[in-house]
Amino acid sequence: MSEVLVLVDHVGGSVRKTTNEMLTIARRLGEPSAVFIGQLSDDATAALKQYGAEKIYVIDPNAVGPYLVTPKAEVLAQLVEQASPAAVLMSSSAEGKEVGARLAVKTDSGMITDAVDVESDGGTPVATQSVFAGSYTVKSKVSKGTPIIAVKPNSATPEAVDGAGTVEQVSITISDAAKGAQMTGVEPKKASGRPELTEAAIVVAGGRGTGGNFEPVEQLADSLGAAVGASRAAVDSGWYPHTFQIGQTGKVVSPQLYVATGISGAIQHRAGMQTSKTIIAVNKDEEAPIFELVDFGVVGDLHSVLPTVTEEVTKRKG
Amino acid sequence: MNIVVCVKYVPDATGDRRFEADNTVDRVGVDGLLSELDEYAIEQALQIKEKTGDAEVTVLTVGPEGAVDAVRKALQMGADKGVHVSDEAIAGSCALSTSLVLAEAIKKIDHDLVMFGMGSTDGAMGVLPAMVSERLGVPGMTFGSAIEVDGDKVKIRRDGDTATVTAEGKLPLVASVTDQTGEARYPSFKGIMAAKKKPVETWSLSDLGVDAGLVGLDAASTTVENTEARPPRTAGEIVTDEDGSGAKALVDFLASKKFI
Ligand SMILES: Cc1cc2nc3c(=O)[nH]c(=O)nc-3n(C[C@H](O)[C@H](O)[C@H](O)COP(=O)(O)OP(=O)(O)OC[C@H]3O[C@@H](n4cnc5c(N)ncnc54)[C@H](O)[C@@H]3O)c2cc1C
Repeated sequence: MSEVLVLVDHVGGSVRKTTNEMLTIARRLGEPSAVFIGQLSDDATAALKQYGAEKIYVIDPNAVGPYLVTPKAEVLAQLVEQASPAAVLMSSSAEGKEVGARLAVKTDSGMITDAVDVESDGGTPVATQSVFAGSYTVKSKVSKGTPIIAVKPNSATPEAVDGAGTVEQVSITISDAAKGAQMTGVEPKKASGRPELTEAAIVVAGGRGTGGNFEPVEQLADSLGAAVGASRAAVDSGWYPHTFQIGQTGKVVSPQLYVATGISGAIQHRAGMQTSKTIIAVNKDEEAPIFELVDFGVVGDLHSVLPTVTEEVTKRKG
Repeated sequence: MNIVVCVKYVPDATGDRRFEADNTVDRVGVDGLLSELDEYAIEQALQIKEKTGDAEVTVLTVGPEGAVDAVRKALQMGADKGVHVSDEAIAGSCALSTSLVLAEAIKKIDHDLVMFGMGSTDGAMGVLPAMVSERLGVPGMTFGSAIEVDGDKVKIRRDGDTATVTAEGKLPLVASVTDQTGEARYPSFKGIMAAKKKPVETWSLSDLGVDAGLVGLDAASTTVENTEARPPRTAGEIVTDEDGSGAKALVDFLASKKFI
C-alpha cells in the first residue's frame, strides 16, 4: 500500500486535533506517514502513533530556519520524490495552503483546498468542498501528479488505531531561493480558555448589535461550553479580535449549534456559518435576513434576552 | 518601482451563483465584477505608490471578455495601466494552469512587487500568490494584514490562528493582502474620467508563448466529479420576545434539541 503524507499541524511541538483528523483520512487512502517539522517530543510521537502514523518523518527545525513557508514545501517535495505517496495532506490554513500551492508547482500536481471530507475511490482521493457561501457541495479529484489536499478542521472523526510510528530523520538542504522571506517576529496568541472556534460543537457569535458589549455573548457561550465568534462589523469596530471573525474572510465554522446574536446575516457572514447543523438567531429586527436560515429565532433585544437565557441554562444544567 | 496587481473577475456574490453542465462556474449568465477581495490589494498598491512617489501600478487579469471590467474598475480607483489576458483556450483552467498564465504575463511586465488579494470571492482557494511566487522564483509573503515597503524591503504582518508573525523580504517579491489592511477607496468622478484614457492591452496565449494544450478544462489538474445545490435552509420557528418569553422559548428549544 502506498504512503500518504500528512504534514503535522502542531503548536510548539504539541500536535493539534486537525492532525489526528488528517491521519484518519490518510488511512482511508493508504498508509499514513506523518511529516513533523520541529522538535519531536515523546508526547508528540505517542499522539501520532495513537492515530495511526506508521512512519514519522522528522525534520530538524534548524534546517528550515527562520524563513517563511517555502522550506516546508521543499521538505515535502523531497519526500514526494522519495516515497511516491498516494496523496499529501495538510491543513487548510493560510500556511498549509501556501505549502501545498508551492508543492503543486514543484511537483506539477493538482491541488484541492478547503476539503470538508475526503473519501477513497479505490485509493484515489475524492474531496468534498462546500462552495459559494455554502450553497453548493462539490466533489472533485486530482487528475495530475500527486494529489495535494488541504483539509479543513472537523473533516473527520479521529479514529484511534495503533500505528507503528517508526521515526525516520530526514536531512534536507534548503535552496537559496527559499531564504528570500524571513520571519522577524513571532507573537503567540493568548489562549481564550474556550474551545477552539473551528472545532467547537457550539458557537455563540455577536455582531454590531452588541454595541461593543460582548459580555452577554461570552456569558451565554460559557454557560453552554461554547466558543465565541464575531461578525466583521464587530471586529472592524475593534470589539473583538480578528481571530474570532466568522465569514468569508474569517473562519468557516460548521458546529452542531450556531447562535447568531445582533448579526444581520450578510452573505459574507453566511459563508462562514451556513453549514452549521442548527442555527439560532436573536435580533431585534424581525426583517433581518438571518431569520431566513434559522431553526429558531427570537425577535428581541440581545441585552435582555441573552442574560435570561444564560441564567436559565445555568440553572437547568445545575 | 513597478507594482503589478493581479485581479479576478468573478460572479457577483449577492446574485445567483451556479455551475454549468460541465461543472465549471457559470461566468457568462450571471453578473460579474471585480472580486471585492482584490480591491484591498489595489488599495495597498495605490497607498505604496502615494508613499514612494515614483511607482507605476499595472493591473493584470486573466479571464473572459467581460473580465476587462475588473481591470477598468481598478484603473478608475487609480491604477495606471491594464493588461487583460484573454483566450478561449483558457476557459476551465485549474489554479495550477492559471498560475502559469499569470506568471508568463508578469514576466512580460516590468515588476518589482506583485500583489494579490487573499483569495477570490468565487473559487476562494487563495493559492495563486504562492504558485506564482514559486513559478517566478521570487520570495512570497502571503495573507498580510498589513504591508509596508521600505526601500527594497517589504514587511508584512500576518495574523495567524496561533501567532502573529512579522516577516520581511527583498524585492522583487509576491505578496497577498487580506481585508484587514483597510477599506478600499471608491473611484472618484475624476478617476472614472481619467480611466477612459488609460491604456489596456489584450494578450492571447500566443503573445505569452504559452502552449494552449497546457491550459483549459481538458488539461486541468483537478476534475470536478459533481456539484450539488444544497437544499436551501427553511426558516423555522420565530418568536417575539415579550418580558422574557423569548428567552424562555429559546431555552426550551435548546432543551428539546438536547443542547442542555
Ligand atoms: C469582501 C468582504 C468580505 C467580508 N467578510 C466578512 C466576514 O468574513 N464576516 C462577516 O461577518 N462579515 C463580512 N463582511 C461584511 C458583511 O457584508 C457585513 O457588513 C457584516 O457581516 C455585518 O455585520 P453585522 O451583522 O454584525 O452588522 P449589521 O449588518 O449592522 O447588523 C447588526 C444587526 O444587529 C441587530 N441589532 C442591533 N441592535 C440589537 C440588539 N440590541 N439586540 C439584537 N439585535 C440587534 C440589527 O437589527 C442588525 O440586524 C464582508 C464584506 C465584504 C465586502
